[in-house]
Amino acid sequence: MEKKKIKILIAKPGLDGHDRGAKVVARGLRDAGFEVIYTGLHQTPEMIVNTAIQEDVDIIGLSILSGAHMTIFPEVLRLLKEKGATDIHLFGGGIIPDEDKEKLYQMGVGKLFDPGTKISEIVEYINNLFKEKVSE
Amino acid sequence: MSNKDWEELEEAYKKWEEMVKDLPECTLPSFSTISNIPVKKVYTPLDIKNFDYLRDLGFPGEYPFTRGIRHTMYRGRLWTMRQFSGFGTAEDTNKRFKFLLSHGETGLSVAFDYPTLLGRDSDDPMARGEVGVCGVAISSLRDMEILFDGIPLDTVSTSMTINGPAAVIWAFYLLTGEKQGVPFYKLRGTIQNDILKEYIAQKSYIFPPEPSLRIIVDIMEFASKEVPKWNTISISGYHIREAGSTAVQELAFTLMDGFTYVEEGIKRGLDVDTFAPRLSFFFNAHLDFFEEIAKFRAARRIWAREMKNRYGAKKKESLLLRFHTQTAGCSLTAQQPENNIIRTAYEALAAVLGGTQSLHTNSMDEAWALPTEKAVLIALRTQQILAYEIGVTNVIDPLGGSYYVEYLTNKLEEEAYRYFEKIEKMGGMVAAIKAGFPQREIAEAAYRYQKEIEEKKRIIVGVNEFVLENEKIEIPLLKIDPEVERRQIERLHKLRRERDNIVCERKLKELKMAARSNENIMYPILECARVYCTLGEIINALKEVFGEYKEEAFF
Amino acid sequence: MTIKEYLKKFEEGDERALSKIITIIENGYEESKEILEYIGKRTGKAYRIGITGPQGSGKSTLIAKLAKRLLSKFKEIGIIACDPSSPFSFGALLGDRIRMNELFLEKGIFIRSMATRGSLNGLAYKTKEVADILDAFGKEIIIIETIGVGQVEVEISNLVDTTIVVFVPESGDGIQVLKAGLTEIGDIFVVNKSDRIGADILFYELKNLIEMSYQNSKWKPPVILTQAVNNYGIEELEKEIINHYNYLIENNLLEEKRKKAVIRELVNNFENEILKILWQSERVKKLFEKVVEEVWEKKITIEEGVKKLIKEVKYVK
Ligand code: B12
Ligand SMILES: Nc1nc2c(ncn2[C@@H]2O[C@H](COP(=O)(O)OP(=O)(O)O)[C@@H](O)[C@H]2O)c(=O)[nH]1
Ligand SMILES: [Mg+2]
Repeated sequence: MEKKKIKILIAKPGLDGHDRGAKVVARGLRDAGFEVIYTGLHQTPEMIVNTAIQEDVDIIGLSILSGAHMTIFPEVLRLLKEKGATDIHLFGGGIIPDEDKEKLYQMGVGKLFDPGTKISEIVEYINNLFKEKVSE
Repeated sequence: MSNKDWEELEEAYKKWEEMVKDLPECTLPSFSTISNIPVKKVYTPLDIKNFDYLRDLGFPGEYPFTRGIRHTMYRGRLWTMRQFSGFGTAEDTNKRFKFLLSHGETGLSVAFDYPTLLGRDSDDPMARGEVGVCGVAISSLRDMEILFDGIPLDTVSTSMTINGPAAVIWAFYLLTGEKQGVPFYKLRGTIQNDILKEYIAQKSYIFPPEPSLRIIVDIMEFASKEVPKWNTISISGYHIREAGSTAVQELAFTLMDGFTYVEEGIKRGLDVDTFAPRLSFFFNAHLDFFEEIAKFRAARRIWAREMKNRYGAKKKESLLLRFHTQTAGCSLTAQQPENNIIRTAYEALAAVLGGTQSLHTNSMDEAWALPTEKAVLIALRTQQILAYEIGVTNVIDPLGGSYYVEYLTNKLEEEAYRYFEKIEKMGGMVAAIKAGFPQREIAEAAYRYQKEIEEKKRIIVGVNEFVLENEKIEIPLLKIDPEVERRQIERLHKLRRERDNIVCERKLKELKMAARSNENIMYPILECARVYCTLGEIINALKEVFGEYKEEAFF
Repeated sequence: MTIKEYLKKFEEGDERALSKIITIIENGYEESKEILEYIGKRTGKAYRIGITGPQGSGKSTLIAKLAKRLLSKFKEIGIIACDPSSPFSFGALLGDRIRMNELFLEKGIFIRSMATRGSLNGLAYKTKEVADILDAFGKEIIIIETIGVGQVEVEISNLVDTTIVVFVPESGDGIQVLKAGLTEIGDIFVVNKSDRIGADILFYELKNLIEMSYQNSKWKPPVILTQAVNNYGIEELEKEIINHYNYLIENNLLEEKRKKAVIRELVNNFENEILKILWQSERVKKLFEKVVEEVWEKKITIEEGVKKLIKEVKYVK
């Protein structure tokens, strides 16, 4: 068997309809060899965490451009904890001011990517994460 | 030119081409427009061989309006300077409006928050964390009254970016006018109300296409009788472009949406000349200067031709493609945000050279947050400098006759017709949308664009070239007070306590009955709004009748 | 967590353990054997339904609506949705799930997407094993969706009790596909997107064809018109699934069908194992290389070479 396939959930939480970035990222990650699931729009944190658990993804990536990141990220973290799924890595991207990024990092959220990010940077980040996971 | 002249020219051109063909061209990774139309290094009369001045251009204010829709264009009247704004509570945004008006803004444009855009009240569970964050929170007529407090609605025109719940928000506005003593027929402004592009690009739809189109025709009909100065639909390419489309796709899908609304109106039995003059457009001004100018010119020509020939419009006003322009948000970068001022200025110039009637210029903080006062003021000043200092308003369509611009105008037009044909074969725009056709085309283009940047086939200053290592963002950013949500919900609850809830319930019931029949739905919506039924209550009542649209993700 | 702990949680009905166990099997980890031994003895209770048909014909949408309906009768439903991996990047965009949005918060519904990772029969490699796991977990109904590449995906019918074949008006080549063998695997035929032009024609064509091909059969596969997006025809689809189930039961065919599948699997695995053992033998390998050269130099024919190799097989332990 070759190395394990990394499975990623790309999710659009809340009322946000900005899906250009999420789709570009989902597609880019597919083309980089990952198995990607895209949730579609208007997902609640509960829907996202349920999906992540059933699909046993390694990573959840939230795409948030609506400014609701300080509500949604903590809620997803809380649900992951509640359901004993803290091994799923949570990260994301979109419009998130640096100040808020710091707070979210403190809570345990993984890297948050700004506009202008290259897909290759995201791929590199995931691969690094995974390398660490394996050697643990 | 005689045949001999053409031959001579052709020969001379070939000779020149032969002479320069091996010279190096290396300043850019590729020479094509931002939409990937390949371009030659020079254009000559040979590229517009069939050019016929009167047929293709005509004069400003005359058919086919390629050069502009007004006889005097900016000499008679400048474009409306209209900055899209809204954040926090109605009070916060009211203050911003007054600030802008006091600095020379000439029209208002309201940005609503997410719950409002989707027809939800501020206390809806899905609204958590979103109230007042991306626009102003408007849950009822009460909020709208506050939003325009002290702004006489008979003196300004107001544009509202609202689609799914457009009928309700418009009702709030009309009644706010009424309360100020301004009758409906005096009110001027625009509701976006373009649902087709919501399914395609903006994603703030509520109901499925069929009932949505019915509501839109109801609005057109109501306006033609009661609010004749109102623009009932702003047929929008802006969002299509921002979702990642090419210029051609923006042009083609937007005009196709427009044709669909016209057909819906005609199907209802309305005379095309009663509603067509109130249709307006909204385009994007992206970075590729000439391509954008060509796009605006082609749009005017196509619309006039089709309205006249295909839909039999007789009134001149029905043939005019009037449009608002916004510079391209998606061209602005998070990196070195000050550079965005320059990008926006060039884009605004293209919009003006393309003959826009109204303009929003983005602020330099676009990729970080809603604009600060300072940032939006610079954006407004950009327009004023354009209007008053650099001489571009002196002459109408000054690029008309440029071989390149005329060639590109023709080219975009041709490509747009190719899309029209394809979509008609699919059974029209609604069918094409349901099959995901425009969505797929756009997603594909968006992905291609991303890859081009990553592979450096396109240079974006500050992003993939001329990058500042360890850059620190030094511009101040607007922060929305988290108290906004609490205050807004409080006001909403107070409203629910104080109004006559029994009357509200009755009005909502009547609304549902009207929705089930084929009555014009604007009248019962106004009735509901008048007794302070909330946005969410009215939309929920309609959802019971019309159902909800669920989107599919097309890649 | 150890496998023992996972299995214990699995037994308690923990979804996360179920999910983890599926991952282990899907990736062929070492622990697979232990799990399959545990699972293997606990299957057979779930009723399995397969859905095949061209990509975009509405399989996922149909499943969403069907599962929603079935929820009024069954509490526990498992769904396996297969999607193709890219032959270039080996990545995949698993897009079935998004059509099943309305099921995301339904208790008792478990959806798992699986990429084919190079498998060519329209299913992911471990689809059967994953179905077994869901079965052992207590799912009463298991629905499996094939990727639907347009070619005939017969493998699905070996995994399930009822096979549904979906057509759409625009798949004009539908009848050809049918002639090419799909009639043999379909227990129920669906003409989806019947809101579109051409649905009626296809419906009657299909009906005629099936009537002809099934003249001597006891089960005459029904043809159903549906509009999955509009939730139309789903009731009838459900009814026909139940009819087919009853038919299988009344004629003692369910057991027979499943036994046949067991035999097929046994044969397959057996043959695979034998081949593996053979190719592991150094003597066979050596001889093979020798035979290749001899055949190449035209010293012996292929047939003679095979004979030589067969003789060697006897010595393989
Ligand atoms: C395009 C755009 C739109 C389009 C959206 C089209 C679509 N279907 O996506 C349209 C015109 C419809 C639109 C509408 C609105 N918009 Co808008 N929009 C933008 C804009 C200009 C660009 C976003 C974009 O698509 N960029 C291109 C993509 C490829 O980049 P990206 O999404 O940033 O993704 C990259 C990274 O962020 C990261 N990333 C993103 N997601 C993820 C996820 C993961 C897992 C990872 C690892 C990385 C990652 O990687 C990506 C690749 O580089 C931004 C401003 C800007 N320049 O960023 C405003 C912006 C996001 N919009 C904004 C607003 C307010 C709105 C509206 C609410 C306005 C209104 N009141 O009506 C509406 C809401 C529409 C809706 N239904 O959601 C604000 C949000 C403010 C805030 N959060 O505080 C912004 C910031 C503009 C502004 N300054 O005002 N918008
Ligand atoms: N017009 C129409 N479209 C449908 C119908 N059922 C499904 N679709 C659409 O067909 C497309 C493909 O559906 P999907 O379920 O993903 O098909 P799958 O690839 O076979 O799983 C989606 O856009 C569905 O919304 C139907 O009955 N009528
Ligand atoms: Mg599917």
